[in-house]
Amino acid sequence: MKSLLILPALLLPLSLLAATPEERGLEIAAEVDRRDTGWHDWQATMTMLLRNKHGEESLRHMRSRSLEVEDDGDKSLIVFDRPRDVKGTALLSYSHKTGSDDQWLYLPALKRVKRIASRNKSGPFMGSEFAYEDLSSQEIEKYTYQYIQDDQLDDTPVFLIERDPVDPNSGYSYQRVWIDQQRYIPLKIEFYDRKQSLLKTLEFRDYRQYLNQYWRANRMFMQNHQTGKSTLLTWEKYAFRTGLDEQDFSKNSLKRVK
Amino acid sequence: MSRLTLAGMALLLPGLTLGGEWSGYVEGQIRAFTQEPQFDEQGDSTFSLAFEPEYYQSWDRNQQSLTFTPFLRLDSQDEARTHFDIRELLWIYAGDRWELHAGVGKVFWGVTEALHLVDIINQTDLVENPDGEKKLGQPMLKLSFEQDWGTLDLFALPGFRQRTFPGEDGRLRSQPWVDTDLTTYESDREEQHLDFAVRWSHSLGDWDIGLAHFRGTSRDPSFNPVVNRDGDLVLAPHYEIIQQTSLDLQATKGDWLWKLEAIHRGGLDDPFNAATGGFEYTFVGVAETDIDIGMLSEYIYDDRGDDAPVPFENDLFIGLRFTANDVQSSELLTGLIKDLDSDALMFNLETNRRIGSSWKGALQARFWIDVPREDPMHAFSSDDYIEISLARYF
Repeated sequence: MKSLLILPALLLPLSLLAATPEERGLEIAAEVDRRDTGWHDWQATMTMLLRNKHGEESLRHMRSRSLEVEDDGDKSLIVFDRPRDVKGTALLSYSHKTGSDDQWLYLPALKRVKRIASRNKSGPFMGSEFAYEDLSSQEIEKYTYQYIQDDQLDDTPVFLIERDPVDPNSGYSYQRVWIDQQRYIPLKIEFYDRKQSLLKTLEFRDYRQYLNQYWRANRMFMQNHQTGKSTLLTWEKYAFRTGLDEQDFSKNSLKRVK
Repeated sequence: MSRLTLAGMALLLPGLTLGGEWSGYVEGQIRAFTQEPQFDEQGDSTFSLAFEPEYYQSWDRNQQSLTFTPFLRLDSQDEARTHFDIRELLWIYAGDRWELHAGVGKVFWGVTEALHLVDIINQTDLVENPDGEKKLGQPMLKLSFEQDWGTLDLFALPGFRQRTFPGEDGRLRSQPWVDTDLTTYESDREEQHLDFAVRWSHSLGDWDIGLAHFRGTSRDPSFNPVVNRDGDLVLAPHYEIIQQTSLDLQATKGDWLWKLEAIHRGGLDDPFNAATGGFEYTFVGVAETDIDIGMLSEYIYDDRGDDAPVPFENDLFIGLRFTANDVQSSELLTGLIKDLDSDALMFNLETNRRIGSSWKGALQARFWIDVPREDPMHAFSSDDYIEISLARYF
């Protein structure tokens, strides 16, 4: 085991010397992606606690599931449970490595499946501080990268990288991402608006490992620095490889998800 | 299929032990009419209460589910608006790339906003709202197949539902009023006629397409003036057997949605074609806020022209959608439908927002302006109204 650990440690400085900051940034992002490959499918429940600058709170309950798609972006489905007036509303997304994602919204009162313009990705998700693009599948191709420096975050050695969204409709000019050097998972992201001002900070907390491989943060805290609003997203009941397939992510399936 | 047999069927479902959950809402609603009523028996306003609970249970690792959604409205002014319906009593079995739906259900087809031409499975619950978007539960057996080439839905629809109409005391009614006790049918089997429908739908990149064919009792009646038992002149609905072929198409191109619905209806003495199409363009995050503003326009055409027994035959809809994306999910949709052959104009406004975590307030306004006597909408021309509703969800 020890020798295996030494090998990448020896190679690392070499690759650092050889690579430009762009190559190094992409290399780190690719490794994050590589380590989070092969999970096939997962599902979990989500709770969002929205808080405005006056401290007023509002709760959202949702169920989420994702399907890994080879050679393209993942498919995901989010079903709303609370607030009660939107119970049964469901959002189906097919993300793509390049170009716009495909999205359909199911409105249970009308039993209507509506194809929606997925470019509205910079908008807030359910009135929260998370934008649709923050929650969508993080494909490597959606950003260009730049390695900044090795750093420490709460005594954890991290890589600090900067990534620029490729999509001109993104709400961000760039993001700064702190990535755990050992586990290759994001610990913190700063989002900069189109005017290059700091807009939000996302902190990943309570990481747990599933199937001895896949790390998932059970809590994600998003602070908006410009409005004083925040959202705490809590993930529970994570389950991997639950036997979901394409049919569970079809337009037709929206009509029976509840 | 009677309601009793459906309830019996529900109890016989394999592997089911009751233990699902209830949700739903109770709603209070006030409609205030801004003009004097045309007829003595009508009132200036109406108060009503609606209750729509929903029972849902899934079992067999979510392969099977049962949904039961009864609906009740009590109205202070119009007896015909006080009504009960089973919106859903549906058993779903999801197999491998196929699905069976049996019972009473609701199905929506289509893409446009102002008029839903293609949507034909369910009958309109017209007393609920003159916009026709509220539907009655339809007995159905639906078999769906999902393949790489799209989704194929096969429907057998036993049991026809009559459209609901405001009664003699209700506003938003025709003159004479519609007496649904005198309904007649082209088919000898009347409301027992077995209707069939088939639909293929598919998503190809930015395109969503649906092709469908329906054979059965028309959901749109024609009307015959008759004298009822009380000696009043009334309209008697008559339902014909029709064949309807339809296309619905949407292209999603960035912030643009392009939409088209087209139908050909045959089986009648005078077959006809109708279509509606247009666009919705969304300005995302207007002026660096979270607000989205959508601009909509749709053109409505019916080749029967002025002879069409529908109000929209050469009309243009222009609308504005406002989505605040706030914590209260505030929304507003407003628009005008203009008859291009006359001065007739219809104004619509619908807005709603959540209050706290389990209440929702909504406001609706509809005005009919300069509608000429020969237009089918003329009957509503002194029924402009504002509706306020407050619902508690559980």
